[in-house]
Amino acid sequence: MRYSVRIAVGPVQFRIGSDWPDPVAALGRLYASYPQDPDRPADATVRLFAARPWRRWIRPSVHIGGDFVIPDALPLPLAMGLLAAEMGMNLQVALGWRRHMLLHASAVARGGRAVIMSGESGSGKSTLAALLGEGDWRLMGDEFTLIDPAGGDALAFPRAVSLKNEAIAEVAARVDPARLGPLLADTPKGAIRHLIPRADAIAAMHEPARPALILFPRFGGAAAIEPMGEGEAFVRLTEASTNYVALGEAGFAALTRLVRETPAFAISYPDSAAGMALVEQLWADVSR
Amino acid sequence: MTDRAYRAAPPGALRVEPLGELTAIFDRRSMQTHLVVSPMPEILNAMAGDACNAAALADRLAETFDLGGADDARGVLAERLRELAAMGLVERA
Amino acid sequence: MGGRVPVSAVRTFVDLLAGRRDPAGLAPRDWDGVIGVARSEAMLATLAHRLSDAPLPPTVAALFADQRAAAKVAQAQALWEAEMARRALAPAGIEFVLLKGAAYAAASLSCAAGRQIGDLDILVLASDIRRAENALLNAGWEWVKSDPYDDLYYRQHMHELPPMIHKARDRMIDVHHTILPRTHRTTPDALALIAEAVELSSGFRIFNPAAMVCHCAAHMLADGDLQGGLRNLWDFHCLVLDFLKDDPDFYLTVVEEAWIHGLADVVKRGFRLSHRLYGTPLKAYSSPMMLAFDRQWSDDFYIRRLLTRDDWGRMTNPVLEQAFYIRSHWMRMPPMMLAKHLWTKWRKR
Repeated sequence: MRYSVRIAVGPVQFRIGSDWPDPVAALGRLYASYPQDPDRPADATVRLFAARPWRRWIRPSVHIGGDFVIPDALPLPLAMGLLAAEMGMNLQVALGWRRHMLLHASAVARGGRAVIMSGESGSGKSTLAALLGEGDWRLMGDEFTLIDPAGGDALAFPRAVSLKNEAIAEVAARVDPARLGPLLADTPKGAIRHLIPRADAIAAMHEPARPALILFPRFGGAAAIEPMGEGEAFVRLTEASTNYVALGEAGFAALTRLVRETPAFAISYPDSAAGMALVEQLWADVSR
Repeated sequence: MTDRAYRAAPPGALRVEPLGELTAIFDRRSMQTHLVVSPMPEILNAMAGDACNAAALADRLAETFDLGGADDARGVLAERLRELAAMGLVERA
Repeated sequence: MGGRVPVSAVRTFVDLLAGRRDPAGLAPRDWDGVIGVARSEAMLATLAHRLSDAPLPPTVAALFADQRAAAKVAQAQALWEAEMARRALAPAGIEFVLLKGAAYAAASLSCAAGRQIGDLDILVLASDIRRAENALLNAGWEWVKSDPYDDLYYRQHMHELPPMIHKARDRMIDVHHTILPRTHRTTPDALALIAEAVELSSGFRIFNPAAMVCHCAAHMLADGDLQGGLRNLWDFHCLVLDFLKDDPDFYLTVVEEAWIHGLADVVKRGFRLSHRLYGTPLKAYSSPMMLAFDRQWSDDFYIRRLLTRDDWGRMTNPVLEQAFYIRSHWMRMPPMMLAKHLWTKWRKR
């Protein structure tokens, strides 16, 4: 393709090709500080392309392609090329990765032990992880957490954090502006701005962490903690995994082990400060 | 309605892991995970071996469980057997 | 400049499968294109099996190991659909023959290693088709869509029931009663194919070797549009190699079978193409029948169509692709019917 960039996030090596220079340049800026191995073959390919040649210039709209595609996905305007790239990368990992069990979950770690937070978008899992990652936690990822079927460890996937709507101002107030991407207004998912993880999180991206706590956060309502049984945690994590079925017995073994060895809680919280306090409280409980 | 006989999965086909109130069953033939509650695991346990229908199953289970009325139990068990067959965990003999 | 002539990724991919190219000779970044093409052709796990003992860059070896493991799971899942179809149809006394991927996997043929299996395809006698439909509906399958036009179209013109999907397992089944559409210019004899099917020790029935190769070629070439062509041609190549082991004159056996079904030209083209791409050994005969595999100019079009992918896995020749698509419709339906079909499709939008 005309323009391309190579990015490694956690264990996945991507190559992203594009009909336009802008999305590739924007990606290059977000991922400039990530370790690079130019000789490493790509595990996953993303293509950002114009459906018709003239669409490169006239009302340019970006189609998302690659090893895996969603057939009826709508194209995005070129101004949202970075979002298209992010969606394309997510898609390849969600549908193509087989080495680990993928959980649609954010994660942070401290002292080699991980808190895994699983929830739909809007649950605040991403914002919580981003904010904790600015404190004395290591951000492992805001979107995917990988579980090694062999040993049960959690592995990081610290892509650029995708901040949405209210979370943008909340996080932007605390970080160096140089770590923020461009503001993408009025995307189908609302306003989006990317945050480059802290250097220590990127440097540690290949270091596994032992799952210590599984949380199912829900934004809104009074602060509350509800312990969750192994069975319910199992069901909810199968729903949160994009490749559980494809892994067969390895996935089954990894997930039964995870829910048996890791205490799980549903938490609800009215604001980020309360959410972070609940995480710290539960962390103190399980660390005792 | 006829009381159909069913056969359990061959030994080693299922991996059964109790998870608190639920039981997770992994079927190595289908690669499917089934989440069930009592009395499904007990039924599968009692069926091991030869083909068996709801009446025979009720007799076997009655040795270890209090099933209440025998006719009721038979009807319920026949229904559970149909469900297990739909999941592929047991097969019509 | 000088040095080596760049070889396209799709060529390299084909050469690796054929065993003509030493994977150790690839530059690290050559793998990008090879992996991209392999994924686009749904053959990454096939390549992973073909190169399971080859020295590879460590990350490629790891990716290939993932693919082999995932393909094993996926094949078990696909074969389970066949088992559930058997459980649904056996009580009604309906026998069926497994087709394509499920058949190859059930018989552990060499092309099954790493092969992706999509929908379950089965063949039943035309006289059983209504009862098969009922038995499947009773066992949890349902129609994917209930558009009366499409329904009528399927029943009158196609070689299968409209696709059904299992409501709990979310897997599709295609129930065929012949191996090519009824309107197709050649009409293979489904009754003979079923009567001469082979029963495996697992109880599943598959086509006999010659019929299987004929069907593979028909599926690839008589359907016209060559979708999944490299994969189907790899099936063809592997099947021929498998069956040559027991029958050194398998060429004659298969062409003889092909004559019965009106598929001789299709099968001979299959041999020529797989020889050119994958190096399938060929053998000409003058007795007991004339059998030659002389190169035909039209084969070049097929080869070009099969190899139209760039290093990013994209089709590079839309005109050629379109030509094959129109050709495929032409082959399936007489002209008047084609016009009516396209008209109705068009009006619905």
